[in-house]
Amino acid sequence: MSNNGPKTLFDKIWSDHLVGQRDDGTSLLYIDRHLVHEVTSPQAFEGLKLSNRKVRRPEATFATADHNVPTINRENISDEQSRIQVETLAKNTKEHNIEYFELTDRRQGIVHIIGPEQGITQPGMTMVCGDSHTSTHGAFGALAFGIGTSEVEHVLATQTIVQKPAKNMRIAVNGKLPFGVTSKDLILYIIGQIGTAGGNGHVIEYAGTSLKPLSMESRMTICNMSIEAGARAGLIAPDQITFDYIKGRPYAPSKDHWEKAIDYWSSLPSDQDAFYDNELIINSDEIDPMVTWGTSPEDVVAVSGFVPDPSSGKTENKQKSIQRSLDYMGLKSGTKITDIKLDKIFIGSCTNGRIEDLRNVASIVKDKKISSHISGMIVPGSGLVKKQAEEEGLSKIFIDAGFEWRDAGCSMCLGMNPDQLKPGERCASTSNRNFEGRQGRGGRTHLMSPELAAASAIKGNISDIRDFI
Amino acid sequence: MDKFNTLKGIAAPLPIVNIDTDMIIPKQFLKTIKRTGLGVSLFYEMRYDNDGKLIKDFVLNTSPYDQSKILVAGDNFGCGSSREHAPWSLKDFGIKCVLSTSFADIFYNNCFQNGILPIVVTPEQLDQLMTAASNQTEFHIDLPEQTIKAGNHSFNFEIEEFRKERLLQGLDDIGITLGYQDKISNYEDEKQNQKPWLFKDK
Repeated sequence: MSNNGPKTLFDKIWSDHLVGQRDDGTSLLYIDRHLVHEVTSPQAFEGLKLSNRKVRRPEATFATADHNVPTINRENISDEQSRIQVETLAKNTKEHNIEYFELTDRRQGIVHIIGPEQGITQPGMTMVCGDSHTSTHGAFGALAFGIGTSEVEHVLATQTIVQKPAKNMRIAVNGKLPFGVTSKDLILYIIGQIGTAGGNGHVIEYAGTSLKPLSMESRMTICNMSIEAGARAGLIAPDQITFDYIKGRPYAPSKDHWEKAIDYWSSLPSDQDAFYDNELIINSDEIDPMVTWGTSPEDVVAVSGFVPDPSSGKTENKQKSIQRSLDYMGLKSGTKITDIKLDKIFIGSCTNGRIEDLRNVASIVKDKKISSHISGMIVPGSGLVKKQAEEEGLSKIFIDAGFEWRDAGCSMCLGMNPDQLKPGERCASTSNRNFEGRQGRGGRTHLMSPELAAASAIKGNISDIRDFI
Repeated sequence: MDKFNTLKGIAAPLPIVNIDTDMIIPKQFLKTIKRTGLGVSLFYEMRYDNDGKLIKDFVLNTSPYDQSKILVAGDNFGCGSSREHAPWSLKDFGIKCVLSTSFADIFYNNCFQNGILPIVVTPEQLDQLMTAASNQTEFHIDLPEQTIKAGNHSFNFEIEEFRKERLLQGLDDIGITLGYQDKISNYEDEKQNQKPWLFKDK
């Protein structure tokens, strides 16, 4: 990274947060905002206690419980370990004077939904959380990445983190997104192209004309799954759509500082001729509605396509891995994707649990019924998303169609709470990971957009939204 | 944190690519509020059947690999979730070193926080080490010299100087950073003027 030449968005945020740097490039980076949840924080708070250390800036830290909370009957968490984790977070945040959105608070929800919703997430910030999907916040032009629990403790104690600068990767998508293609399809397509290790060591900046008209919700879906491409962070340059989204939210800059903040945010987009270690240009025409067939997010195929043959793998290892995935998924190569019959539908998660996602689902399932052999669950990303969906009448549409309408949380995305697949069950899921056992031991996950999941719920098979409308 | 200097022992071969942290330690074990006791659940779904019985032919369930301190694994090891429970469970099982052609970034960092040495090798070296591991050859890892020896094979490996120092000395990151408190305060004072909207609390 040069000091004087043209800089990328990443370079600008990085250099503005450097507290110190060693000769080998190892840096002490200041962290503006820290999000904390119940699963990856107890050991960090315990560490502070054992060393008699304090939280350096409680006001820069926000907490909620999302990963293991039930999405139904949550007044009493029956699982003892889950309850202890949630109680431990309540106790720790109280002890350290950290703002905590508890289960009874409308503002509770998935950390990566409520950060933006509350205006906590802003351009040019550094943000961390003990959760890999912290990359979501990059949609605002914030450098946001997941960290481990030891690093959570480090940030709590020092408001900094020890890091080496990442490499810059630019992925430009140009052209209008074709009919039926969403930002979820776009990111699944990208992961299919570069692979789950393709972004290792990099921060991916997404650019190009396809992204310009996208809402913040759609942009968050893209940055959210950067980690599935191996990149710790994704970035999209802030623009008027970003500023309009933030304005007036509870933790947005006050009126006194708004203009100054806008000036700063407007200086952030990458300079022309800035250097990228890697670049990829995609024409939007290449992209179809996408579905995963295997057990890695890179195992994607167009919904109009077929389950691949192991011989299509370029290396022996890849061929073995395709065979392993097919065995786990209970699929035969050559099967038409739309012939795959489903048991469950999960709509929600930090990838696709926002109000726009629910509106899109409602527009497809309105006045229809989900297939008789399907059980479908819709889990809003936050209490406020839930409230808004109810006010807009979306929840009635879902319930009338036969979906279960739940309370906010991570739910079946990772199945830490009771929302899990049974062995052999096949699920269309709007979440981010189709790993073996992710949604329940032996469960089979097909990742897709909320639109495809909604159409699939009605048909009972994986369905192409373009045939549906 | 535990120091790491040299390590001798047989290595368990795990020739699978993209081993994610859900495979290393499934979600049901993340409900703990402790760092210890996770070794018994390491690779749970590959190690135990639906009734909780050991799956006999899984490598870490067979002698002598059930005593392995070293793991040789396929590309992109540790991808997915940021859960530090993954290195905690490896460490609790007794694994102190993992060899692969690449690691996911967060997992790689998390290893160093727990005295585990992740070593990146080339695809050719991985093939040779995988075979050596399958043959129960003794491995010898030397961090000060940055070498891996296994039978007739001997390779050098790269590691960042700062990370090496911390592993060798078993240093605690927070302790080091707290030595820079003044610098952090100076940074905050300066930024409070430039970006006052970020410092409502100050």
